Amino acid sequence: MLSAQDWVAVLVTIKLAAVTTAILLLIGPPLAWWLAHTRTRSKPLLEALVALPLVLPPTVLGFYLLIAFAPASPLGQLWLAVSGGQLAFTFSALVIASVIYSLPFVVQPLQASFEALPRALLEAASTMGASRADQFRNIVMPLSKRSFIAAASLGFAHTVGEFGVVLMIGGNIPGQTQVLSIALFDKVEAMAYSEAHWFAGGLIVFSLLLLAFIYNLNRRSSVGASGLIKL
Amino acid sequence: MSLNIELSLKRERFSLALHTQLPGAQFSAIYGHSGAGKTTLLRWIAGLERAPGSLSFNGQRWQAPGLFVPTQDRQIAYVFQDARLFPHLTVRGNLEFAYQRRFNDRGPSINEVASWFELSSLLDAVTDNLSGGERQRVALARALLSSPQLILMDEPLGSLDPQGKARILHHLEQLHRLSATPVVYVSHDIEEVSRLADHLLILEGGRVSAQGPLIELSSRHNLRLNHEEQAAAIIEARIEHHDRHYHLTELRIGDTLPLFISRSDSVCGALVRVRIPARDVSLSLSKAHDSSILNILPATVDAIEESSNARALVRLQVAGQFLLARVTRKSIDRLQLTTGKVVYAQIKSVALLSAAQ
Repeated sequence: MLSAQDWVAVLVTIKLAAVTTAILLLIGPPLAWWLAHTRTRSKPLLEALVALPLVLPPTVLGFYLLIAFAPASPLGQLWLAVSGGQLAFTFSALVIASVIYSLPFVVQPLQASFEALPRALLEAASTMGASRADQFRNIVMPLSKRSFIAAASLGFAHTVGEFGVVLMIGGNIPGQTQVLSIALFDKVEAMAYSEAHWFAGGLIVFSLLLLAFIYNLNRRSSVGASGLIKL
Repeated sequence: MSLNIELSLKRERFSLALHTQLPGAQFSAIYGHSGAGKTTLLRWIAGLERAPGSLSFNGQRWQAPGLFVPTQDRQIAYVFQDARLFPHLTVRGNLEFAYQRRFNDRGPSINEVASWFELSSLLDAVTDNLSGGERQRVALARALLSSPQLILMDEPLGSLDPQGKARILHHLEQLHRLSATPVVYVSHDIEEVSRLADHLLILEGGRVSAQGPLIELSSRHNLRLNHEEQAAAIIEARIEHHDRHYHLTELRIGDTLPLFISRSDSVCGALVRVRIPARDVSLSLSKAHDSSILNILPATVDAIEESSNARALVRLQVAGQFLLARVTRKSIDRLQLTTGKVVYAQIKSVALLSAAQ
């Protein structure tokens, strides 16, 4: 069975995924909306930038974030000035890294949904006096509800499943930066296979259930969650 | 209302150049064949299409160099050909969406509008389950609930079956009575336009080819519109009396000439508009007493427009109004028709359009 310290790792993981998902739900929709409607010629480049974490080894991202978070770096200095502490090897550093790492999982389904949303309906709303914000709140969001749920679930699940980035910048501090995937790695290193099974098996069941939920949403979706399948 | 339009728009295979004014009519129609630029013009008036130009409505500037009032601030309503109901809302939700954002408080309530458009029993329906005609009625109701200062309609009957069409046409005719809001109506169907419009703007290849009061334009012999197969003159007449026995209604043109139509339920004394297709009018020099044709009116030849083929279009004056007759050029010569000659117009069909404004 799991020890108290193992449960702490589970809690840290859930907290990290929850905070990351919340931040992603704030920055993801505007970014996805902008990508869905921009006519700038640099759109492919920006889309590629958002999608980069999908293809890069997490260690690459982790390496550069480690450099960026170092106390002597500009970001590290800024953080020191604002919060009075260092950034590297903290929970905050994990959140920043996770936001970047899970960004495509939130932005892509939303962007696909926004692109599939009939512009005609927004035109109709604007003739009824609805401002852009009003249209977003009362037409776009309700019609993309499933994509929002899917984006949040994917962002959450992907953050839970994160390993490489956390390994590079987290420091494996119990109660602060030790997350499930790292704790699992430690169990395997220590040949504690029965506890490792709890972690590994639990993650499989959790991920399977969540993905099944998302694909079920996708199947019933009327307005564009088509982007999900491509993920 | 008055709408001042100055527009020049160039697209890949298409251009629009207009400098015109739609004057104080309540129901103006923009008529033209598909591809003439009608929809683009209407969308530009709504601010849904961007193109350089100037536009003002009743003195409010909507567009000028350096100025663009966005659609949501123009206080208009727009009825699209494809209804564009919000799929996540019920019928009531769609109506409320417009009503909650209405531009002023003087307009009708949801219940009033729902009853005008016979939607009361559909209020809780999901829009997916509505027929085309029902959807369009919801769209019209939604437009009125915005309490707009101008309603734009883009072929609202375009995708309906004849039955649905007739029903909506009926509702549109009622609009005159229910709302004082001016309407600009786009259509490629001249019958639809002549039933509804007071003022007509004809668009050909992105340019205004003619515009004016509908009745005046419908009798212009030199208008391309009136040389088309479905060309017809529109005449105003007063209901004189109903003949129960033969199921006919007698009208009077200029209070003197009788004109019979199938029995209508309009009240006696009402001024109505009738449409007389040019192809259903033939001419003779003497009044035939042994003809089955009921409507034979004395008329004066006002103008003759000969085409390059077999046909000619004759404009006739009848008690101060005008009729069009399509005859062959051979007949013109045989009857020696010239301007000023008195003839008898034999009218085979008359369609009652609506109560005149």
